[in-house]
Amino acid sequence: MRKVFAKWSTGILSLVALAIALTGCGGALSGTITESGSTTVQPLAEKLAAAFTEENPDVEIIVQGGGSGQGFKDAVDGISDIGALSRELKTEEAGQVVKHVIARDGIAIVVHPSTTVSNLTKEQVRDIFAGNITNWNEVGGPNQEIVVISREEGSGTRGAFEEMVMEGDLITTEALFYNSNGALKTAVAGAPYSIGFLSFGYLDSSVKALSINGTPATVENAKSGVYPIVRPLLFVTKSEPEGLVKEFIDFCLSEEGQAIVEEEGYLSVT
Amino acid sequence: MRRFIDRASRYVVLLAASISFLILFAIAFFIIARGLPAIQEIGLVEFVTGTVWRPGQGQYGILPMIVGSVAATFGSLILAIPMGLGCAILLAEIAGRRARRFLRPVVELLVGIPSVVYGLVGMVLLVPLVRNLGGNGYSVLAASIVLMAMILPTITSISEDAIRAVPRAYREASLAMGATQWQTIRHVLLPAARSGIGASIVLGMGRAVGETMAMIMVIGNSIKFPTSPLDSARTLTGNIALEINYASGLHEDALFATGIILLVFIIILNTISFFALRRSRAQNIA
Repeated sequence: MRKVFAKWSTGILSLVALAIALTGCGGALSGTITESGSTTVQPLAEKLAAAFTEENPDVEIIVQGGGSGQGFKDAVDGISDIGALSRELKTEEAGQVVKHVIARDGIAIVVHPSTTVSNLTKEQVRDIFAGNITNWNEVGGPNQEIVVISREEGSGTRGAFEEMVMEGDLITTEALFYNSNGALKTAVAGAPYSIGFLSFGYLDSSVKALSINGTPATVENAKSGVYPIVRPLLFVTKSEPEGLVKEFIDFCLSEEGQAIVEEEGYLSVT
Repeated sequence: MRRFIDRASRYVVLLAASISFLILFAIAFFIIARGLPAIQEIGLVEFVTGTVWRPGQGQYGILPMIVGSVAATFGSLILAIPMGLGCAILLAEIAGRRARRFLRPVVELLVGIPSVVYGLVGMVLLVPLVRNLGGNGYSVLAASIVLMAMILPTITSISEDAIRAVPRAYREASLAMGATQWQTIRHVLLPAARSGIGASIVLGMGRAVGETMAMIMVIGNSIKFPTSPLDSARTLTGNIALEINYASGLHEDALFATGIILLVFIIILNTISFFALRRSRAQNIA
């Protein structure tokens, strides 16, 4: 019992000493940052936050989901210090916040592995998802009906896809709908003649990623800007960031932060 | 002391009953509180009879989902009633004691399988089979078959109990008059057990309407009217589960409103079955 007490007291004493030392040197960061929004960004934000707080133990970063729309709203309303979005800001949103691109993510157009077609133009993809092209033979494939598989209404990945590919056209209600990248991948992998869209981070051999306008869907092509369907992952702040929030965003954009971005399967921005 | 325990136990069970009532009330209250403003904003007629669901475009019509729910539920009943009744007759009248001791737990085990497992098996096993019949496989038919397996144990075990509960004298009288075993089952036992069988169907129907996870996985979730059993569709429950993750504002409230419609839907179904049951019981007595 006495031993345990001794252990505890030394532990507490050394913590106190550490705290004094830290506050004494003046450079250490402390405080709380709140971040909320896109669930695509969430796992990445959690990793970045964990790495940052490991270096700065007095800092607490609270990471929450809610979706891209919510992230924007929370930042504007001051509920969160940082809002996260997995799509570009809309025109009406753009003036209200300061945006920081912390990473990029390619969206692959995926088909069942047995599909003979391996390249489509962006316009063909749009016509397929709008329901104007319904048979593979219209785009150089076999005489088979195309099974369109989409994410559900409200999904950030779908939002980005609509903005970059659909350009105002609506996704057909004949499509099958699934509500996560994983479920959509399983559905495409299980249905011959199907087509869907998927975040680069989820690609594997169970589905085939199509070339768009002749450009294969690879990380290199997305990074160099040749692959046309790439979305930014954003942090937004109500005003120009300062203090702790600035330190964190700078950390995300640092070499160390961008290494975490790549580790998570996204494209670094520097 | 004995009287105290007696009195206390009354309050304990009363408390249990009022808590379950409170839970029901709380659920209904929250769904209505969140969903009613959406229905007012969209308009009840537009909401229930609208055929286009595009929250991004401000279009909130759930008629396709109502049709989808009805189609999957009735499809499953068409498959499950003959099968469930068959199982029940076998277990109650035909199977020997040893066969029954093996079969009954097997059927009841079906209840314990989580619905996501039904969905998974449906997705990898059933959907490709249905695809051979035409279409892409994600369909009302696949959904009906999965639901059939899920409600089969409910229909079987309650119907079996009902058949078993028919007085022994009925059987003996029928057989004594020279009726065969099948004639006895068909003309004596099934009519006598009618109300219990009806109840088993109502309970199965309730489970079918409410099933969500397995449905999402096999029905395809298209927002359109299914024109054949091989067409994809979306159910009311599936609509809520699919879109609640990222929904906000009116879209989110409209999903709560979908919950109200689901609630009304189940009340209507139960009421119809209640009156049907009562009539059959009245006929039985006459």
